[in-house]
Amino acid sequence: MGTIVTKILYALLTLFIVTNYGLILSGVVRKIGARVGRRHGIRFYQPYIDLIKNYTFRTRITHGIMYYIGPVFRLTGGIGLLLFLPVIYGSPVFDNFSFAGDLTFVLYFQFFGVLGMALGAGESGHPYSALGVSRGLAQTTAMELPLTLGVLALAVQYHTLNIHEIVAAQQGSILHWTLFTNPLAAIAMMLSFLAMMGRSPFDVVLAPQEIPIGPPTEYHSALLGVLQLNRAIFPAAKLILFMNLLFGGATNWGELVIKTFFIYMWSVFVGIAYPRFRVDQSVRWYFGIPLLIGVAAILVVKYF
Amino acid sequence: MGKEYIEKRTVISPEGNPIEVDPLKDYFCDAAPKSCKSASGIIEKFANWARSESLWVLGFGTGCGAIEMRPLMTPRFDAYRFGIQWRPTPRQASVFVISGYLSVKTLKRVVRSYEQMQNPKFVVALGSCTINGGMYWDSYNTINRLDHYMPVDVYIAGCMPRPEALLAGFDKLKHIIREGRGEGANKYAENFDWYKGNQKKIIKDWDMPDYNW
Repeated sequence: MGTIVTKILYALLTLFIVTNYGLILSGVVRKIGARVGRRHGIRFYQPYIDLIKNYTFRTRITHGIMYYIGPVFRLTGGIGLLLFLPVIYGSPVFDNFSFAGDLTFVLYFQFFGVLGMALGAGESGHPYSALGVSRGLAQTTAMELPLTLGVLALAVQYHTLNIHEIVAAQQGSILHWTLFTNPLAAIAMMLSFLAMMGRSPFDVVLAPQEIPIGPPTEYHSALLGVLQLNRAIFPAAKLILFMNLLFGGATNWGELVIKTFFIYMWSVFVGIAYPRFRVDQSVRWYFGIPLLIGVAAILVVKYF
Repeated sequence: MGKEYIEKRTVISPEGNPIEVDPLKDYFCDAAPKSCKSASGIIEKFANWARSESLWVLGFGTGCGAIEMRPLMTPRFDAYRFGIQWRPTPRQASVFVISGYLSVKTLKRVVRSYEQMQNPKFVVALGSCTINGGMYWDSYNTINRLDHYMPVDVYIAGCMPRPEALLAGFDKLKHIIREGRGEGANKYAENFDWYKGNQKKIIKDWDMPDYNW
């Protein structure tokens, strides 16, 4: 009984640290984007102020129960993903609820939030919300194919579906990272990563100028605050997942910050350099080269 | 032209069942707004600080003044560094910039957008046209005084005010919010009948509910 309570407290601590890290990271990344556009940009702590402001709105409108549950689902998706990742390798405090087979679980759990939003945004009755969700789901589905193939290649390579064991197998030297032992899978997954982070060229789903900001169109006040909170936690959790799978995990927070920051920069640089894809273009793109690389990764792992 | 599209009617569904449709009741909420109490003491001060430092502007250019809002996003003026950002939907925005003259046709859309914004909300009126009509003061289809139709927090005079003046206006708005005087939404709710009366005097083809979020 005592151990589970301790574990929950440790998990809450992890959640607190990762939430703050995610908020600061999103501010810093927007600042970098602004600097590339030769602007000063927002203050790096602006996401905190926006969050507080949204929670202090005095009125909110409801469209029914599902409308409330949508953002809760979304937040559950982000927190759930984080709670099943070993955040710091070898640390009993930040190991979270990692278990055998958590890799499969994590793959499925990513979809959880989007589906919740689909239900919630659908209830608002706004046609743009439903349209935004369906566009988002189409792109996510296309993006998941190379990702899943890459993850399966990893599972075949390491003979395990446990993230903890995958990280353990990469310890010792930089050359033991999956990035170097299985480059094809790493490339397929890093290409999927671009759409996962929802940045340009794959941000049409949430782009303000397109269908007004997609699924969250009708969300406001504290409900939008919940979604914003998730937008800090979810990317941070995904960064930690990729760091664990491809870049040898982290044995302390400093290593985690450095590694995840540079992984994030990959999507930021691509986003700043390339204009947006339409949804049909991005779907077609993912069914092309990334998918082939994913298939090649599996074949190489199996037969070579 | 009639107003069949907002009238109550019965529609036959594909299965052959009759369905009652009342567009004004089905799609809108028409309950009058209520004045909201503010939190007390330090909590409200903290909330007001957050509100003033995170001004989300509704991206709705009503008149020619909208052209002066665009440079605010560019590297030269860069309003983002003051916490000013643009949002595409009224529900998420907290500041409404009425940019220049308001024709009667636009006033209708402005009223609807304003009512969809959540309490607390702030209005910045840009240009002389919003103060007394400006060069359109005797025009047949523009309004003269904006604060007859919705509570205004800050006026920025000029024709056109430059982006620097706009930034100064936003700064003034921040002071007003921090002092706890940005209660336009409550003022609108308390004097709802007066504002509605003024709006209805101007807008002849009133085909929307009295209040719509």
